[in-house]
Amino acid sequence: MDKILDFQLAGLTSPETGLPSLQLDGLTCERGGRSLFRNINRKLCAGDLLRVQGANGAGKTSLLRMLCGLLEPSEGHVLWNGQKISALKEDFSRELVFLGHAAALKDDLSPLENLQVACLLGGERLDTLVARQALDEAGLRGHHHTPVRRLSQGQRKRSALARLSLANRSSQQPRLWVLDEPFNALDDKATLWLANLIKAHLQRAGIVVLTSHQDVALDCVSQQDLAL
Amino acid sequence: MRATASVGSWTGMWGIVQRDLRIALRRRADTLAALVFFVMVVSLFPLGIGPDAQLLRSLAPGVIWVAALLASMLSLGRLFADDYQDGTLEQMLLSSHPLALLVLAKIFAHWIASGLLLVLISPVLALQFDLSPSATAVLMISLLLGTPVLSLLGAIGAALTVGLRGASMLLSLLVLPLCIPVLIFGAGSVEAYAAGLGTGAYFSLLGALLVLALAAAPMVAATALRIAME
Repeated sequence: MDKILDFQLAGLTSPETGLPSLQLDGLTCERGGRSLFRNINRKLCAGDLLRVQGANGAGKTSLLRMLCGLLEPSEGHVLWNGQKISALKEDFSRELVFLGHAAALKDDLSPLENLQVACLLGGERLDTLVARQALDEAGLRGHHHTPVRRLSQGQRKRSALARLSLANRSSQQPRLWVLDEPFNALDDKATLWLANLIKAHLQRAGIVVLTSHQDVALDCVSQQDLAL
Repeated sequence: MRATASVGSWTGMWGIVQRDLRIALRRRADTLAALVFFVMVVSLFPLGIGPDAQLLRSLAPGVIWVAALLASMLSLGRLFADDYQDGTLEQMLLSSHPLALLVLAKIFAHWIASGLLLVLISPVLALQFDLSPSATAVLMISLLLGTPVLSLLGAIGAALTVGLRGASMLLSLLVLPLCIPVLIFGAGSVEAYAAGLGTGAYFSLLGALLVLALAAAPMVAATALRIAME
């Protein structure tokens, strides 16, 4: 009965104007003959944060990759606004920012060039001025043209995260952020910056799913915990 | 203020082409390695066989084509491997543009930085084999039509082997047999020209292979990448 209601609601809210929802419907993951997790059911609405916790190898990254559509669930579905993401394909990709374990940075390119390519892949052309602002906010002032290979681990992470600080200026506003260990390698200042970005995104009716070993205070948000 | 504007898939593809060419320019050593390999292998034959102009002329098309085939295998291994390692491949899979188009853009950039360079340097190599200017022109046209097919077919192999150990060896084993028709018609066109026969049929066949590969290879490679990333 609940499920029917969900579908009806999803039908009423159009993807452009309505509030987004992400539903994990009986997700099961088996990798290499081993069962990592089974039958996970969650529903996330606008403004919700899901923090995935678990030991190393518990399947946190696998779950995140499933939410993005990179990994096909062994059983169950991921639903975005009531529709399966495997059917939405590119329409779902437009709504999504995924920052995985690998930073998706090209060593030979500068943070500025990397940011521009990342936005092009996301389907947006980025104004250079805005890109520079985003990099400044990410704490990379003076490194806009340094090849990423010469940056420190923390600076690389900031360079990848700069994409998130574009979000509130974007015309499309990807509404789902899926972040794998976003707080790794960040110093206190950058941690605070990122926490504020996440809060701002949630206040704009976005949805965030993240894994984190650090217990970063993200108070004042409606947080769900998922232990694997 | 609208700071960003949504873009069509052409712009997305063009962005990938620009990015890959920029990387190729900044890693000149990698880009030029395949070209130098091509020049060296082809140059070894005149040195090894000796100054028998007649023999060299008849060997030229086959030698240059085989060397081009091997040189393009050399650079294909990294077509998707770098993107796989640094995570950009995941972002390509999650892009709002169709993956097959992005793959096509990558193949095009790869061809510019490898196949096109081979085409441009081939007249210099043809000199070593005493090929006439018109036969050299035929060789260049056959390479121009054939090397994109090598890149397209190679992309399928590169996608299938992405993330595997010993990928480059496996890649060659997978792709080289598929490239045999290109080799036959490519080298055949120059031989036919030297024998006084028309080259039209060979060019048509090479063109047909190119069209076929253009239509099918990006989609097959895209599917292979999706499977490889699971």
